Amino acid sequence: MPRYSIFSLLRNALTYHRDWQAAWRSPEPKPAYDVIIVGGGGHGLATAYYLAKEHGITNVAVVEKGWLGGGNTGRNTTIVRSNYLWDESAHLYEHSLKLWEGLSQDLNFNVMFSQRGVLNLAHNQHDLRELQRRVNAIRLNGIDSEILTTAQVKTMVPILDCSPGIRYPVLGASLQRRGGVARHDAVAWGFARAADARGVDIIQNCEVTGIRREGDRVVGVETTRGFIGAGKVGCVAAGHSSVLAAMAGLRLPIESHPLQALVSEPIKPILDAVVMSAAVHVYVSQSDKGELVMGAGIDAFTSYGQRGSLPIIEEIMASACVLFPIFSRLKMLRSWGGIVDVCPDASPIISATPVKGLYFNCGWGTGGFKATPGSGWVFAHTIAQNRPHPLNQAFALDRFSSGALIDEHGAAAVAH
Amino acid sequence: MNDQPFRLDTAAAPGRIDRGHAMRFVFNGRGHEGLAGDTLASALIANGVHLVGRSFKYHRPRGILTSGPEEPNALVQLRAGERSEPNVRATQAELFDGLIARSQNCWPSVGFDLGAVNELASRILPAGFYYKTFMWPPSAWMFYERLIRRAAGLGRAPDDPDPDIYDKRYAHCDVLVVGAGPAGLAAALAAGRSGARVILCDEQAEMGGQLLGQRAVIADRPALDWVKAALTELAALPEVTLLPRTTCFGYYDHNALALVERVADHLAKPAAHQPRQRLWRVRAARVVLATGAIERPLVFRDNDRPGIMLAGAAATYVTRYAAAPGRRVAVFTNNDSAYRAALALFDAGVGVAAVIDLRPEPGPLAGEIRARGIELLTGHGIVATHGARRIAAIEVMQLDESGGRAIGPVRSIACDALAMSGGWNPTVHLFSQARGRLRYDAAQGVFLPDRCDQALANAGACNGAWSLGDCLAEGFAAGATAASAAGYATAAPSAPAVPPESRAPLRVLWVVPSDRPIGEGGKHFVDFQNDVTAADLGLAAREGYRSVEHLKRYTTTGMGTDQGKLSNVNALGILSEALAAEPSTIGTTTFRPPYTPISYGALAGRDVGALADPVRTTAMHTWHAEAGAAFEDVGQWKRPWYYPKLGESMHDAVNREVKAARTCIGILDASTLGKIDIRGPDAAEFLNRIYTNAWSKLEVGRSRYGFMCKDDGMVFDDGVTTRLAADHFHMTTTTGGAARVLAWLEEWSQTEWPELRVYMSSVTEQWAVAAICGPHARDLLAELATDIDLDPKTFPFMAVREGRVAGVPARIFRISFTGEISYEINVPRRWGLALWRALMQAGADKGVTPYGTEAMHVLRAEKGFVIVGQETDGTVTPIDLGMAGMVSKTKDFIGKRSLARGDSMRPDRKQLVGLLTDDPRIVLPEGGQIVAELKPEPPMAMIGHVTSSYHSPNLGRSIALALIKGGRDRMGQALHVPLADRTIRVKVVEPRFFDPEGKRQNG
Amino acid sequence: MLLITCPWCGPRAEIEFQYGGEAHIARPADPVALDDAAWADHLFMRKNPKGKHRERWMHRSGCRRWFNMERDTISHEITAVYRIGTTVPGKEGT
Repeated sequence: MPRYSIFSLLRNALTYHRDWQAAWRSPEPKPAYDVIIVGGGGHGLATAYYLAKEHGITNVAVVEKGWLGGGNTGRNTTIVRSNYLWDESAHLYEHSLKLWEGLSQDLNFNVMFSQRGVLNLAHNQHDLRELQRRVNAIRLNGIDSEILTTAQVKTMVPILDCSPGIRYPVLGASLQRRGGVARHDAVAWGFARAADARGVDIIQNCEVTGIRREGDRVVGVETTRGFIGAGKVGCVAAGHSSVLAAMAGLRLPIESHPLQALVSEPIKPILDAVVMSAAVHVYVSQSDKGELVMGAGIDAFTSYGQRGSLPIIEEIMASACVLFPIFSRLKMLRSWGGIVDVCPDASPIISATPVKGLYFNCGWGTGGFKATPGSGWVFAHTIAQNRPHPLNQAFALDRFSSGALIDEHGAAAVAH
Repeated sequence: MNDQPFRLDTAAAPGRIDRGHAMRFVFNGRGHEGLAGDTLASALIANGVHLVGRSFKYHRPRGILTSGPEEPNALVQLRAGERSEPNVRATQAELFDGLIARSQNCWPSVGFDLGAVNELASRILPAGFYYKTFMWPPSAWMFYERLIRRAAGLGRAPDDPDPDIYDKRYAHCDVLVVGAGPAGLAAALAAGRSGARVILCDEQAEMGGQLLGQRAVIADRPALDWVKAALTELAALPEVTLLPRTTCFGYYDHNALALVERVADHLAKPAAHQPRQRLWRVRAARVVLATGAIERPLVFRDNDRPGIMLAGAAATYVTRYAAAPGRRVAVFTNNDSAYRAALALFDAGVGVAAVIDLRPEPGPLAGEIRARGIELLTGHGIVATHGARRIAAIEVMQLDESGGRAIGPVRSIACDALAMSGGWNPTVHLFSQARGRLRYDAAQGVFLPDRCDQALANAGACNGAWSLGDCLAEGFAAGATAASAAGYATAAPSAPAVPPESRAPLRVLWVVPSDRPIGEGGKHFVDFQNDVTAADLGLAAREGYRSVEHLKRYTTTGMGTDQGKLSNVNALGILSEALAAEPSTIGTTTFRPPYTPISYGALAGRDVGALADPVRTTAMHTWHAEAGAAFEDVGQWKRPWYYPKLGESMHDAVNREVKAARTCIGILDASTLGKIDIRGPDAAEFLNRIYTNAWSKLEVGRSRYGFMCKDDGMVFDDGVTTRLAADHFHMTTTTGGAARVLAWLEEWSQTEWPELRVYMSSVTEQWAVAAICGPHARDLLAELATDIDLDPKTFPFMAVREGRVAGVPARIFRISFTGEISYEINVPRRWGLALWRALMQAGADKGVTPYGTEAMHVLRAEKGFVIVGQETDGTVTPIDLGMAGMVSKTKDFIGKRSLARGDSMRPDRKQLVGLLTDDPRIVLPEGGQIVAELKPEPPMAMIGHVTSSYHSPNLGRSIALALIKGGRDRMGQALHVPLADRTIRVKVVEPRFFDPEGKRQNG
Repeated sequence: MLLITCPWCGPRAEIEFQYGGEAHIARPADPVALDDAAWADHLFMRKNPKGKHRERWMHRSGCRRWFNMERDTISHEITAVYRIGTTVPGKEGT
């Protein structure tokens, strides 16, 4: 893999950039692989990358029905943080955050991970109490987290309406300084390029139409480009998990919902940090291009349509203008929808299944992007070793029978 | 003030501006004059101003490219101060007297912009360069990013909140027609004449569409006569609504469409009480899309200089606005339409330097071009342009047969403007948003509507109808069909006659060659705003970004404020050539709402500021406010938090209130608690299934406390429910849970147990509740409740009585959240304030003290009473709360099965306990985490958290409740609460601090 | 935005309704008799199909009655609306 750097840019400029190599190959599928990853989003590509890098398993294919990174990887609001309440979640997301902190160098692809700080606002006494609980828990898990007063919030985000007596006064906020945003597409491309360089075959426009079993073992996948054999199959296809599970005769505790997001027209920088409010139902950051990036809650009904309803957008906009009155004359440029797979406890499933050799990584709900490297890392471990890493042990399917749920509804009260 | 040097005189170009109504405006600090009917763009052109902006990346000087919503260059900061708005397209901003506008993204000025140094480095800034660099040293990205952010963005957000208001409304109609060009007007006429309810909307101030900028003929008369007649007829039809200045921007499921009406944007500011904009949410039985077409630029070397514009726009500026784009305009085309533009320019007295046609054979209008003495060069292309801040000359060469190479001698032609046309793209955005499929027409090089499941039709140019006759015919037919599908009888439509047009096919040439390879000299712009060139697209394809979505995201083509209205199809064509594939196999990117950018204000409407969320207040609210209460938000309710006396701190006030309730009489406004009236012969059985404890044997006139769980076994709500009659219960819920619980009861009764005869209704708002408590509470009540026997033997704890209190009919529940003798007096809401006043008056000499939610919390915590949502968080069972006695072992109830799961039975579940700090003066912070084993620093294992914590004046020390792993077995243990700045030592105790036997409430 | 025909009130906009998830999940008559896996299956596992979905809705801002609906989860086309305790009209026994 020819390395990217300012020097390679200068060198290629001399030849008018004619000689850049493709970032990844477009190989024909081989008859069989050691491992097939179904789903060429960030999580799937990261899984393939860490299978190769951490476990030396390079005879791997990532099969993607469309274009890589075309699902939720390319549709989210790019927030990265690890300020989760429960130990299990905090450890998993913190592992991911640490991988983020070296990801551009590891992949030799600038994913523009920007630790701008993530603020969660409190608007009433109940919010404040929950904030304290969370911040204390996060801190005792060894993760950075602090409480800001209203005045400190105002200093950090001058455009936020912090006046007293308004409908949703800002009474304080939690802050994770190491949280921030990243360039979502670059994450998919960076992992794809790095996985390809280690020998992983990335096969786009190849839809899985069936999961072939022999007895209680998986032996490969049927695709629109024919059968591809594999001893192990890892499914990590958000917005499609239940459909894949049904192919293997399984049901999952998942419902798929539209989640909408939008950007404004680009404007000069006015917002440094990421601001989230569960009570007012909005989260917002400003991209390096100058667009305000926003999202809200899911549409209530299940859908695979990658689109949502206007009333949800109206609510986000009202929320945005409540917190930031100067947004009123800005304009929404583009809105879109993704499909999120939601688990009853708002925590993911990273697990083996009753079918031997078949693994599922799904149910990330509204917050999967931040977990991309960590999710791939533990999923690769689970597949390679055929047992979970301690970090994802609690996220197995059997928790729904035992009742040991990891209820993160508080964290997901507003999508992110 | 100048005299609009490029305004054409009336004889040559009458235009649709009002020459008697001059308007002054300021652009980049310089005063100009325009006319009523101008846009900012047409007024600038009339003043000879072409350099209006700078591009996003290279800061190249840019001019006005279009005359409509697709404008990528001419974006301005409009107005100043609190009404300042960034990124306004000058081509759509209507001129008003006193308008102020500035160029964006340039410093110090649009004429001399330091950002243009980027152009010098452009060789090392190809598409996606930032993914390849800024990675060393690893910590430096935040530094680089700061510089990048500073350079990015276009206009500026205003500094102050928006003073304007925005409205919303719903509308239902039989036929919504989008676009009031010839096809849309025809559709509206055909549908409107049937009596159908029709809405016709158009984004422009004036209806007529392309006809406004052309010199067309309908029924042997100027087309605008027909437009005028059509609008007159439509305005007279009672069921037709005409909405000019209204953009249909979103097409959602089941024919729901969103429109934004710019009510006052054409004024300096809205009139008093006038909204600035109005959002229309329309549900239409049928939709006719008559959205027209957008002209496509040609991609050639340095095709971005100010003075270069689309040919249709040039014709529009001349014909509609009487504004000449130049004195000597060159025309460059691959199709016939620019011939008409050339003729319009010439006939209005504008010099035409030459018409350069990429096609080897000229179009059918060649004779008219030549008849005017205009030079026509066929089979030629522009290989270079010159001019710093405005185009000054073009270089033209012949093309080889394939169109892939420029051959022969270079010829330079002087010009001060260039009109170009690469054909027209049907405006299929709304059709695509409606999930309509597109098909690629290779001969025309366009995407056309194919099929769609929604109840819509396409008519006119958006459907690939290019001649005026076809547009009218399609419009009439679509309007009639839509009305008849909506149930109206329509006459056979007949379109008026128009002169025939003959057409030659266009020549699709995605990139016009020059004398050097693409990317090795000059720039061939595809996306003007984002500075994406043909070379960038080629690079992306070489690097493997071959999906159209990858191409778009990697190069940012089509991601600007114009959302690719000009660039998408050209980019797709260039990609298809790079991949040697048909555009049809590559597909388009998905079109998403909105069609054009929509203000946040319009989408937010009135739900901002104080109206962001309804505020609920109780019947006694005015009394609390007058008493100087501090309020707390609980859900949507405003509840008195505490009642500070003059000079009193919150701490002092709460202590005083708490002590009064235990030693004298406290009074609380408890009206916000949820109240549900439940009736029916099976009501008791219903409650048996809903609550974890048993209800069948509850006597009439008695109350019982209950938990309800979700089916996962976790506590969901709690409250006291009272049996008023054998088949009649009064349920109370938490304040925040009232609506949830009602919905929960309805769901189970309707969907799971429809056989149970039980009915429920919310009565939260119907009853006002004053709760009095304390050792002297009975004395106070006795003064006002003269017809009720208050003797504790006949009216014991957990009983209800009806009677009159202060002359008002009341239900009195003897229930207690404080552990004192307590009466919750419920009266119809309209008498709530009177009751409260009567109690305060009667209790004045008894020391009655109003207390707020904070004192209530302290009082209940002293007793160890839980608050759902504070001691619980959706992961806590009744057993965890120490309430195993309230969980029936015999009957089934919602959640029971889950309580028998392995995890629910674990002995180390988090359980409710009390905590006492070693130092009684220290009040633990709520939310503090608890550890058994203290370490010098994190991480350390947490075993629970503090749920409630207060100073208890009755105990003279701090108290706290907590959920702790295996807490019941930790009684007496010493634990630690490590905070950011200190650690507090605590001891685990029973969660009951005051009157643990619970004797006082029975008194 | 969906246009839903409430069986009691007629066609109304989606914002008047509350979604209630997959329909026809019968609550076990005797939950205590189930093992943990079977109970988890009842409680949590869902078909979540891509295509026709039978689901429950409630007319929250209208009659507050629950009903069933068959809707395509890709196109959002509503193919049947029917009362609780019944099945898709014309598809009895399915």
